[in-house]
This record gives sequence, C-alpha cells and structure tokens, in this order.
Amino acid sequence: MQTFDLAAQGLRALNQTLHGLNGTTNQTAWEIVNPKGSHAIAVGLDAPIDVTVKGSTGYYCAGMNKQATVRVKGSVGPGVAENMMSGTVIVDGDASQYAGATGRGGLLVIKGNAASRCGISMKGIDIVVHGNIGHMSCFMAQSGNLVVLGDAGDALGDSLYEARLFVRGSVKSLGADCIEKEMRPEHLELLADLLKRGEADHLAKPEEFKRYGSARKLYNFNVDNASAY
Amino acid sequence: MTDFPHTPPKQSWTFSNDVNAEIRRAAATGIYDIRGGGSKRRLPHFDDLLFLGASISRYPLEGYREKCATDIWLGTRFAKKPIHLDIPITIAGMSFGALSGPAKEALGRGASEAGTSTTTGDGGMTEEERGHSKTLVYQYLPSRYGMNPDDLRRADAIEVVVGQGAKPGGGGMLLGQKISDRVAMMRNLPKGIDQRSACRHPDWTGPDDLEIKILEIREITEWEKPIYVKVGGARPYYDTALAVKAGADVVVLDGMQGGTAATQDVFIENVGMPILACIPQAVKALQDLGMHRKVQLIVSGGIRTGADVAKAMALGADAVAIGTAALVALGDNDPALEAEYQKLGTTAGAYDDWHEGKDPAGITTQDPDLFKRFDPILGGRRLKNYLKVMTLEAQTIARACGKNHLHNLEPEDLCALTIESAAMAGVPLAGTSWIPGRNGGF
Ligand SMILES: Cc1cc2nc3c(=O)[nH]c(=O)nc-3n(C[C@H](O)[C@H](O)[C@H](O)COP(=O)(O)O)c2cc1C
Repeated sequence: MQTFDLAAQGLRALNQTLHGLNGTTNQTAWEIVNPKGSHAIAVGLDAPIDVTVKGSTGYYCAGMNKQATVRVKGSVGPGVAENMMSGTVIVDGDASQYAGATGRGGLLVIKGNAASRCGISMKGIDIVVHGNIGHMSCFMAQSGNLVVLGDAGDALGDSLYEARLFVRGSVKSLGADCIEKEMRPEHLELLADLLKRGEADHLAKPEEFKRYGSARKLYNFNVDNASAY
Repeated sequence: MTDFPHTPPKQSWTFSNDVNAEIRRAAATGIYDIRGGGSKRRLPHFDDLLFLGASISRYPLEGYREKCATDIWLGTRFAKKPIHLDIPITIAGMSFGALSGPAKEALGRGASEAGTSTTTGDGGMTEEERGHSKTLVYQYLPSRYGMNPDDLRRADAIEVVVGQGAKPGGGGMLLGQKISDRVAMMRNLPKGIDQRSACRHPDWTGPDDLEIKILEIREITEWEKPIYVKVGGARPYYDTALAVKAGADVVVLDGMQGGTAATQDVFIENVGMPILACIPQAVKALQDLGMHRKVQLIVSGGIRTGADVAKAMALGADAVAIGTAALVALGDNDPALEAEYQKLGTTAGAYDDWHEGKDPAGITTQDPDLFKRFDPILGGRRLKNYLKVMTLEAQTIARACGKNHLHNLEPEDLCALTIESAAMAGVPLAGTSWIPGRNGGF
C-alpha cells in the first residue's frame, strides 16, 4: 500500500504520480490521506489501480476515470466521477450535485444520498444510490442505468433518452417525457446484477423497484408537444 | 365620371413582404424558422471603420520589402505547451454532424498548410480532423457528446464553450435528418432523432465553478494545454473578466454575426451584440486586470477579409476566428451550383437550411452521395489560398500604418464612418476627434 499525503505533497504531485502508473505497475494500492475537501482528486486515472481516499472531497473527484477503482471514505462534492469511462467509484457518504454527470461507462456507487441532477446527461454509466436522489436527476440522460434504493425528487428523467431508471421508493414527480414502464424479466436480471455490483444486494430485491424510461414523444419536434418543452 | 388620380399602392415598412411571408409561414406550419448561418440584418461592423494610414507624423513600411510579422502565441499564461501559429486567423469550432467528415478534413488540411489551428465542435473529435490538423483545439461543450480523456490529451488546446455569438444563452440542435449511424454512435443517441445540445454545462454553473472545472481539465492534461473559454457577445466586459478570473489562458469572443449550424431565426437575429461593440469592452476588461496580451483574445463573427482581421487586431484582439467564410472558401453557396439551389427553393448566397442535410456542395451534410462530391484536397487548397490572401491583405494595411507586426496595430490607426460605430469601437468619428460617450471632441 502506497500512502500519499495530499496536504503535504499537493494535488499536482498526486495526479501526476497516479497518471504515471500503467497496467504493469505493481503499486496497485494507494491511500490518499488528508484530502480535506480538495477538488479534482484522482482525476483522469487510466490504470487498473485501487485508490482509497481517507476523508471527504471537493468537486470532480475521480473525474473522467478509466479502469481504476476509487473509494471515498467520506462524502464527495459536486460532479463525482463526471464523464467516467470505465472502472468503479464507490462513495461511502453522500454526494453533492451532478454525481456521475455525462458518465460513459463504469460503475458509480453512492452509499448515502445524492443531491440534485444525479446522472445528468449520462451516456452509458451505471449508477447505484443506496439512499435518495434530488430533483432533476437523469435530466437528458442518454443511456446507462440508474438504481435508487430510496426516493427520487422532482422531475425525474426530464427529457430522457434511452437511459433506464429503477427506483424503489417514491418519485416526487416525473419530468417531461419520462414514464413508468413495465418491469420485464430481463430488467429484473439486470437489476439483480446492478444491486450486486453496487454492494446493495443485501439491502433490496429487484422486485421492489419500479422502472422508468422515455415515452420517446419528444424525440422529434412536434408543435403539439410545445407545452412540454 | 372624372378619373381622379389614386394614391399609388404603398407597402408598409413595418409589415414588409418579408415580414408578412414569415407570418404566413408560421401560420401554416406552427413552428418557428430554423436555419444556419449568422445574422442577416445590417449591423454596425468593420465596414464602418477605416484605417488612417501613414502621413507626415507616421511613416509607412515598404510593401513586399520590410518585414511585417504575423505570428502569434496563444496560451502563454498557464499552459506548459502554448501554441504558436504563423497567422492570427484561426478556424472556428464547427461540429461534426453539422459538417461532413470530408469538410472537416479540408479544414484541417487548409489550416495546417496556412500555419494555423482548427477547432472541433459539438459531436466530438473525428479522425479526419485530428489526422489533418497540425494544431487542433478540442471543444468542451455542455452536451459533452463524444467527450473523453484520450481526446482531451491528444488535443493541442481545449476550448470550454459557454456560448456562441449566434445564440448567447442557447443550446445546440442537430435535427434527425442529419443523424447518420456514425453521428449517432459518437453521441450515444439513437439514429434519426432530433438531438438537442444543452445550453448549460451539466456539472458547473457560474464563475467559481468554472474555475474548478478548469483546474480539473488542467490536472487531467498535466497543465500542458492552453485552456480557452468561448463566450457569445452578450456582456463582454464581465464575461471576459470572469473568464480571466476563472483561469482561462485565452478568451474567445463571438459576436452576433457569427454563424451557427442550426438555430431559431428569432434567436440569431435578436440576441447578442455585434462583434464591433464587443471587442473594446473585452479589451478594457483585460486592460483593467493588467492581462491584455497575457490572456489572449480571439474574436469572431462576420470576419471576411484581411481588412476585418486588421481592424479587429487594431481594436486590441490578438487573433480572429472564421467559420462562415471558411465554408464559403470550401465552396458553400457557390453560384456554380445555382440550379441545385433553385431545386431546394433557394438561391446561391442565401442557402441556409444546413440542418436539412441536403447541401449540394456536400459540406453541411451527412448524406454520403452528397459529401462524396466534395474533394477535401481541393477544398483544403482553396482554404489555404484564402487564408494566405487575408494575411497578405492585413499585412498591406499594417505596413501602410507603419507596423512591423500585425499586433502593433492600434485604435489610434482607425477612424469611424458613423456615430454608432465610433461609439461602439471607441475610435473618433472621421474628420473629428469625437468619440461619442467618451469626450467632447472637436
Ligand atoms: C456550420 C457551423 C457549425 C458551428 N458549430 C459550432 C460548434 O459546434 N461549437 C461552437 O462553439 N461554435 C460553432 N459554430 C460557431 C463558430 O464556432 C463561430 O463562432 C462562428 O462561425 C464565427 O462567426 P463567422 O461564421 O461569422 O465566421 C458553428 C458555426 C457554423 C457556421
């Protein structure tokens, strides 16, 4: 285990060191101490390494992650794992706004709650939130899966494209063009896998969820839908 | 019965034929007009400024003999690898999706041969463009279509797009007709649906967040790349100051004449300010912060000639960007294709339904039968020629003003033909020392 003291060594040195690692490194386990809410911790990683952040982070922790597993033993600020490509990001605490924004792949797990706009514009990422999510989550979400064990706030899935949303608790309101959809066997199977990978299979069963998706009515502009925009 | 003379029929200025035609079109279709290009109305522009040239108190440089340099550095503030261009005329960001692959290739070829940069656009980076562009600026847009860290790292600079002059405050639109398999794949969306690009970034709002976003991008790219921030001409003094505060290396300022791939006509014609009015405010912001020439200013929106380049630089810009003019150089709206424009119900010079994907010149389309007509090598050569001509024109003017570098042009070299342009550009009305709003003058 390599330990990196962020307060002592600084952000640039941290990211530079982690960027210097590739698939052949034997320094695969890293611990970052004293994060103290810093922004842009462990961004742009591209190696199969395991990074544990001992504490809470500021904006964009693990942004654009590829391959790496990043665990945060605390809460994260806005835009955790934004535009993630692959790999896994696990947050023990809560996440601020835009968690997993525009993510294109990989898995983001938030064990606490996520604030507004979770999964906004997501493009293939899987997100599992053990708690609740805030308003406008999955706005314009294009593809990928969102699983919420708790409740969802207002305007869930507004202007949704092809992303699949699974919510166990209540949904305060659905956004434009987002509707409840039938849960078919393939969805239950997918959900079981997501719960397992999201370290939530001991907390919930696939049958307890409802599925939401796009009504696909706003896909091509139609003047009769103008009031929905 | 006596036949009294009648008042001749009189058309209304307010309800002109154009206006009435648009009312009828709206009534028939129920949808606003969407089109490409920039504002078509007459606006105060560089045409309203003139250079004074040398005289007894200023001496000129010899044309063709004495050197007048044109190179520029961009990104010298923070980037470890700033960009050096031979000429101060860059190619503006135009999306793949709006433009065909071969058109992107031609832009790369022409710009590289002329010693300047090209810019990606909404929809991501294409191999055509990366492969043929010596210096490529990668746009970081609200939609984040195609965004990924590998392309960030193989770009030469990164441009965070906050807005465009054609539509400050507006997002993008790529209508279903242009969503081919390739475009759909790059954007992770189903084929054939209308694609909206968001008007706000999904993971930041406001200048304080932007500063952190720029930090993140710098960290991902090892602080190597210049980071530009592009804004539409709305509040250029404050936007420039805030971009500088957020850590930009370069500010890109796009006035309302600036082209777009597809936007509502009402937006293009009624939102934003002409570039002439924007430049002095942006320069003032840079000067007030002690950052003029340290953070470079690239301006765009209706730049057509070397004279426009020289005037923009005399007002304090470090470089310009061109979109529409580059497309015209490639062959867009060429009268040679008049018969085909007529079939589309339009005429050469007025064709702006780029979003429909039927461009007979093969530039603004994703239809393989159409884009195959376009020769990227020839297109590249034409663009190079045009860039060279603009540069020679700007040098001609600069030498006449006694300048050995285009950068040395200054407001003092200019006068204005109209009171409006004098007030906007902050240069005296021709024949007076009057700058409206600034001094009494004579
Ligand atoms: C076909 C076309 C596509 C464009 N696409 C983008 C884009 O994707 N992103 C962007 O920031 N600006 C885009 N623009 C605007 C240009 O970057 C630039 O601001 C504008 O064209 C400059 O004005 P000019 O056309 O008068 O030279 C586009 C313009 C055109 C003509």
